Amino acid sequence: MTASQSFYHTPAPPGLTGVKAWLLTHDHKRLGLMYLMAILFWFILAIFLGLLLRTELMSQGRTIMGPEMYNAMFTLHGVVMVFLFMIPGIPAIFGNFFLPIQLGTDDVFFPRLNLFSWYLFMLGGLVAVISLFVGEGFPDTGWTFYVPFSIENTANVGLTVTAAFILGMSSMLTGLNFVTTFHRMRDKRMGLMQIPLFTWSLYATAWVQILATPVISITLVLVVVERFLHIGLFDPDKGGDPLLYQHMFWMYSHPAVYIMILPGMGVISEIIPVFSRKSIFGYKAIVWSSMAIAIAGSLVWAHHMYTSGMSDVSVFVFSLLTFLVAIPSAVKVFSWVATMYKGSIELTPPLLFSLLFIYLFSVGGLTGLVLGAAGTGIHVHDTHFVVAHFHFVMFGGTGFAFFAALHYWWPKMFGIMYNLRTANIAAVLTAVGFVFHYIPMLILGLQGMPRRYYDYLPQFETGNFLAGFGAYVMVFGIVLMFVNLAMSFKKRVPAPADPWGGTTLEWKVPSPPPVHNFPDKPEIMDFPYDFSDVVKNKRN
Amino acid sequence: MSARIDETGIKIGMWLFLYSEIILFGGLFVLYAVYFHEYPEHFAVGGKELDRIIGAINTVVLLVSSFTVAASITAIQRDARKHTIGLLLFSIFCGFIFLINKYFEWGAKIHHDIFPNSETLVNGEPGLNIFFGLYYVITGLHGLHVIIGMILLSVSLALVLMGKVNKSRFAMLDNSGLYWHLVDLIWIFVFPLFYLVL
Repeated sequence: MTASQSFYHTPAPPGLTGVKAWLLTHDHKRLGLMYLMAILFWFILAIFLGLLLRTELMSQGRTIMGPEMYNAMFTLHGVVMVFLFMIPGIPAIFGNFFLPIQLGTDDVFFPRLNLFSWYLFMLGGLVAVISLFVGEGFPDTGWTFYVPFSIENTANVGLTVTAAFILGMSSMLTGLNFVTTFHRMRDKRMGLMQIPLFTWSLYATAWVQILATPVISITLVLVVVERFLHIGLFDPDKGGDPLLYQHMFWMYSHPAVYIMILPGMGVISEIIPVFSRKSIFGYKAIVWSSMAIAIAGSLVWAHHMYTSGMSDVSVFVFSLLTFLVAIPSAVKVFSWVATMYKGSIELTPPLLFSLLFIYLFSVGGLTGLVLGAAGTGIHVHDTHFVVAHFHFVMFGGTGFAFFAALHYWWPKMFGIMYNLRTANIAAVLTAVGFVFHYIPMLILGLQGMPRRYYDYLPQFETGNFLAGFGAYVMVFGIVLMFVNLAMSFKKRVPAPADPWGGTTLEWKVPSPPPVHNFPDKPEIMDFPYDFSDVVKNKRN
Repeated sequence: MSARIDETGIKIGMWLFLYSEIILFGGLFVLYAVYFHEYPEHFAVGGKELDRIIGAINTVVLLVSSFTVAASITAIQRDARKHTIGLLLFSIFCGFIFLINKYFEWGAKIHHDIFPNSETLVNGEPGLNIFFGLYYVITGLHGLHVIIGMILLSVSLALVLMGKVNKSRFAMLDNSGLYWHLVDLIWIFVFPLFYLVL
């Protein structure tokens, strides 16, 4: 039966063989897997950089590296995690693979542009690597590239910023592709309120990608221009205003936070109903809250700048807007929990990761309000509290959603099952390590330990040691998780088309899917989360 | 899926891209707005130093070329290949005229020691330095877009010559035309902001 042969055996466009079948492919599924390989490489690299940083901080004074090395390393950790893992992570891998399938179509609207985006992504990564080894070495500015330091400094800021520019371009083109696919390629019988929530969240994300990315592109271009021409647009000596840089930077980079978290929320909205065997609570509320987060999240950037010099009125307005973003986020958390209420819960690794997501993300969101409120925000500004907060949201949120997605869709992408028990153990270890790692940082921050410092006062040693200990537990958990997933290739336990009892379209096609996704015209359900058939089949 | 080409979808993609370009320039216009608020007098002085005649000529050149590009798209739809080729050649020629004017304009300024980080600007009024700094960045980036637009038009022209862009399939020409209009549109904002300020 050729119709149901998996996409691994059918190159697209046809006739390509060997490595060319991957490098020149137009198939969204192959591209998703190619992103997976590249992004995992960066992710693991950045994890180990982070581990080295925390090892350095475990005891006072010099432990394993000098201060310059430390500065460059935390910059690299930040740049890689933000631009090469968080932003592309879920949309580029799972979005590429599953958005067309969930919409009932055979590919994205611009398949060649999709391939081009992948090359841009690889080029951006390559430029980042080059900037490590040529000239004065990697910048030590932090991933925010604040002026005037980023302009004055002799390290390779220009190249690194160019890398970020190229990566932004790649992310924007992916967003453009998704929006067009969403509108033009969707199965004609699928109405707007019949679209799976993961795809909805990608749609909201794509708009943020399209509308916000150009702002950072131009800001980064200006950094490069300033480095070469010294116009002084951000230099007070020459009439410029350095604060404007911060405004322009966060005008993108705060919405970028939602580029990172929205797809993660979409993943959770898929997983929770499947393993509760219960229709999602508040489907429309979740759709609208995604769009509300995308819009409100674009208007809160200056809450990163309370101490940079702003009028009290601006601080008040941005603080208020920041609080507003909490509402749609809380609507989602409420809907997830309400979905599980009286559901028939089956605890599997994807669900476990999702539950951990809800817990960690809630802590991250609530500490975000501490920062968003101007009074407390100024007290903990630029301390370890901020570091802990955004790691709770970014790693506890997006990171765990990424792990959940990986475990949820692994059988579909590769057609094989992994060991569920080991995956559960890895999830628990990662989460326990996570809590040990970041809770001490919250406390250290409240006590006044600044972020990004190479050394600290003696009273902070216990907290830093505990955080370092937690880091090792967490990294062990993550390594175990990846080893477990890798072992599935050795054991090759075949996965059925629908191992979990999912109802969205990707579970109606074979695992792994054939090249055109749907051997037969798919049946579009009135509501994507209707589990009555799944429950009935289970009883029989 | 159907083999028919979804032209609306291609247009949507192109428009989304154009939005992102507008926001790219939008970031620079935000800078302009903030600094204009800070240094209104110096911006007025700076604006008087720019050559309004060349600026006006360039505006006319771009507007005419925008018209000829639009006409070339109508021509290809009517299967008038020769007209299409002529109109496209003329549009690209207009692009060259624009760039040559820009070259002389920048050259004269640089000759008078007005360029980024020049002695005159660094030691002069900060407001003037910012005005000319923005002038070089914005017109520079716009010039780059003119060049990209000319490349796109040339590619379309080559495809018309090869017969790959024709009456039934002209999305490439259509989108290049849209891009050219964008270049024109941005200039329509740049011209008054710099040349006609107060």
